[in-house]
Order: sequence, then structure tokens, then C-alpha cells
Amino acid sequence: MIALLTRDLRLAIRAGGGFGLGLAFFLIVVVLVPFGVGPQSALLSTIAPGILWLGALLACLLSLDRILALDWEDGSLDLLATSPLPMEGIVSAKALAHWLTTGLPLVLAAPVLGILLNLPVAGFGWLVASLALGTPALSVIGTFGAALTVGLKRGGLLLSLLVLPLYVPTLIFGAEVARRGAEGMALTTPLALLAGITCGTIALLPFASAAVLRANLR
Amino acid sequence: MSLNALWEFANPRKFIATTDRVLPWVAWAAALMLVAGLVWGFFFTPDDFRQGSTVKIIYLHVPSALMAINAWLMMLVTSLVWIVRRHHVSALAARAAAPVGMVMTLVALATGALWGQPMWGTWWAWDPRLTSFLILFLFYLGYIALWEAIENDDTAADLTSILCLVGSVFALLSRYAVNFWNQGLHQGASLSLDKQENVADVFWYPLLATIAGFVLLFVALVLMRTRTEIRARRMRALLARERMQA
Amino acid sequence: MIPDLGKYAVPVLASYGVSLLLIAGLVWASLRRSDRVRRALEDVETRRKSNG
Repeated sequence: MIALLTRDLRLAIRAGGGFGLGLAFFLIVVVLVPFGVGPQSALLSTIAPGILWLGALLACLLSLDRILALDWEDGSLDLLATSPLPMEGIVSAKALAHWLTTGLPLVLAAPVLGILLNLPVAGFGWLVASLALGTPALSVIGTFGAALTVGLKRGGLLLSLLVLPLYVPTLIFGAEVARRGAEGMALTTPLALLAGITCGTIALLPFASAAVLRANLR
Repeated sequence: MSLNALWEFANPRKFIATTDRVLPWVAWAAALMLVAGLVWGFFFTPDDFRQGSTVKIIYLHVPSALMAINAWLMMLVTSLVWIVRRHHVSALAARAAAPVGMVMTLVALATGALWGQPMWGTWWAWDPRLTSFLILFLFYLGYIALWEAIENDDTAADLTSILCLVGSVFALLSRYAVNFWNQGLHQGASLSLDKQENVADVFWYPLLATIAGFVLLFVALVLMRTRTEIRARRMRALLARERMQA
Repeated sequence: MIPDLGKYAVPVLASYGVSLLLIAGLVWASLRRSDRVRRALEDVETRRKSNG
């Protein structure tokens, strides 16, 4: 499983594309927002947590189809399926690799982009904390979506349609933590709920993804 | 009828033969109840003292909202039956129910918007109930799109069943998340089976009639659409065999 | 015959119209597809029978 993880990481870094692309997309979304809503810094600082969360979510979405599609095309997914590794382990490793290459850089980049949107100083810590806590759930849910659409020719659009509704609870609680953090309000409840959703999806969703992948490989 | 006898309908032939006899009755009963309930509600009930004539929208709004949720529940049950017992009819019934549920969701949203405009002064508010229904609509959309996208029937049934299970969990989660996120304008459930004092009898009886009508309509449509799906599946199988022989 | 709907005539009539239209559309589409598939299946079955 660790070998699979390191292989995926090495491939992602060598290919370069997926790694930087998500970050670049995140940057562009954040830069475009002031053009859309106007440059008033008061307005920007109120919507900054939400925009940053939404940008991170979309950047995450962008790279989902790469989780499984390449391995499907060159047949290494079939090889993996016949290996002694359980399918649940494979999808978990894939999700972890996706988070390390996409989620983690987004978490690290978010405070820098927060400066652009005039995020209040108190909010930086909570923004990073909420993203660090929430993006693993995005990766795991995304892997489920990628497993559903892996055999399809034009799966990308369908993948977004399937995954975005599943992102709703994570987005609500994540953005709520970031917003309350920026406004200096109490935030233990959404933080606990966000952590609960992340733990629950990490614990249970790999079974669903594995079942889906098995059906797809049959 | 014992529970075991129920599984006989998992046989497609038996299903078609039985529904051949049952379907006309259900369809006519649905039409009768719908027309009776709606005519009663529209022409022969008084206006509400606060809501005026807009109270007449309740005869469409409440039943369609109920069916929008019940259709998903039915899909959840039939998906589970498919996963556990692998009866094709069950998976096809889930497929048949999805568009019906989606239209019910649309009706509930549309009538809600039209009712909200005069009552709350807005077509749309990001109220928990409204938002949950919009999310439910998105789930229906994704579910139907997934069925359409996959060519192999059995794979499609597997994937959509699992999507339905996972989607149900996330739909519930979203419901609570949305509740937490915004307290809304929408009144609480104005009717439950044990307690009806929220709705006066004049409105209650025609409402019951339309609810029965919507339930029957749903059953009739799902039976008919399931028959269609069974036939379509059989046709695909026959054509595939033909290609193999050629 | 139409009851006096007062100032709310537009939303009430509109919601009845929209709902009935949507439901009628659904019923119509279901009936049409049912008919089509039934006929197509009959075609295929008779063809297979005649081919032996």
C-alpha cells in the first residue's frame, strides 16, 4: 500500500501537470472574484472565507478524474485489482495520494490568497485549520465519484454533477468554521461536525468506492 | 399474501402479467382521486383568513413534496433489494421511479416559489427546506445521468444502487447541515398523521384526497415505466444475441 | 364558475398551471416511451421468430 502511495506520488510529481494546475486554478479563481464583485475591501473581507473554500473545492474537483483514469487506461488498475491488496486499500491509497498532491498544497496556499482578499487577521489560523480538516473529505468523496465514472468516455462533466451535491455538508461546515473564525465567533460546533464528517467519510466511503470499482472492473 | 409470494414479482414475466391486470385500475383510481381532490380543493374550499386564496396551492405543494421524498425512499429500498438479492425488476423499478421523483421535486419547488412570492415577498429564500429540496433535485439529476451514461445494464444497476445509498446518507447530512447553516422562513410540517389541528378540516379532507391521488399516480407511473424498462432491457438482450449470431 | 381568487389569482392559477403541465408532460412522455418500446420489442421478437 505504501509502495502504491509512493508510486502515485512520484507519478504526480513527475507529470507535473496535476500538481501545479490545481494551485494555479485556485489562484485564478481568487484573482477573478474582485473583478466580479468589485474592489471594496470591506465586502471582500466578509466573503473571503467562503470564496477561499469554494476556490479550494473547485480546484480539488478539477483533478479528480486523474485519480483513476490514467491507471484505467494503461491497464494497471486491472493489475492492482488482482494483487493481494484489498480494493479498499487501493482506493484509500489513491485518495491519500490525491490529498497529498492537491489538498495539502491548497491548504498551504490558502493564507497567501487570503491576503489578496483582505481576510481578517484572526481568520488565517481557522481558515487553514478548516481546510486541513475538510480537504481530506473532499479527496475521499472525490475518489468515490472517480470510481463511479472511471469507465466512461466523457466522465468529467458527470463526475462534477455526481460529486458536487456530496460536497455540500463539507462545504457548509468548512466555510462556517472559516467565517466564524474570521469574525471571532464561537466555532467549536461546526468544527466538531466538520471533523465528524471527515472521519466518517474516511472510515466508510472507501468501502463504497471499492464496491463500485469492483463492479466497474467486472 | 405471504412475504414469500412477493418475490414472485421479481420474475419479469410474472411482473408484466400481473401489472397488465392491475395497472388500469391503479391508473383510473389515480385519475379519479386527483381530479376529485383538485376540483374539491380548487372550487369548493373557502379562502384562509390569513393566506387568502393562496391556500389552494397546498393541494399541489404538499403532496408533491411528500412524493418527492417518498420516491427517493422507494429507490433506496429497491436499490437495497438489488444489491442483496439481485432481482433485475427491482433495479429497473428504481430507474423508473427517478424521473417521477424529479418531476415531483420540480412541482414542489415551483409551487413553493409561487406561494412564497405573495406570502413571504420573495420567490426564493435560502431557507433550510427549500435548499434541501434543491439539493435533492441535484441528487435526482446525478442519479438519472449516471443511469444514462453506463451501457452495461448490470454495471449501471450496481453503480446507481451504491450511489443511491451513499446519496441518501449525504442527503440526510445536507439536511442537517443546511438546518445548522440558516434558520428559515418555512413553517414546520403542517400535517402529520396523528396530529391535524394545524390544518382545519375544510382544507384537510381535500388535501388527503390529493395526497392519495399523488400516491396512486406515482404507483401507476412507476409500474408503467418499470414495464417499459423491462421490455427495453429484454430488447437490448435480444439485439445483442442477434449480433452475436450474425 | 371559477371562484373569486382575489388579488392572489395569478400565483394560484400559475401554480396549478405549472404543476398540471409538468405532470401531464411526465405522463405523456412515459406513455409515449412505453408504446414505442413495446412496439420495438414486438418487432424484434417477430423477426427472430420468422428467422427461425
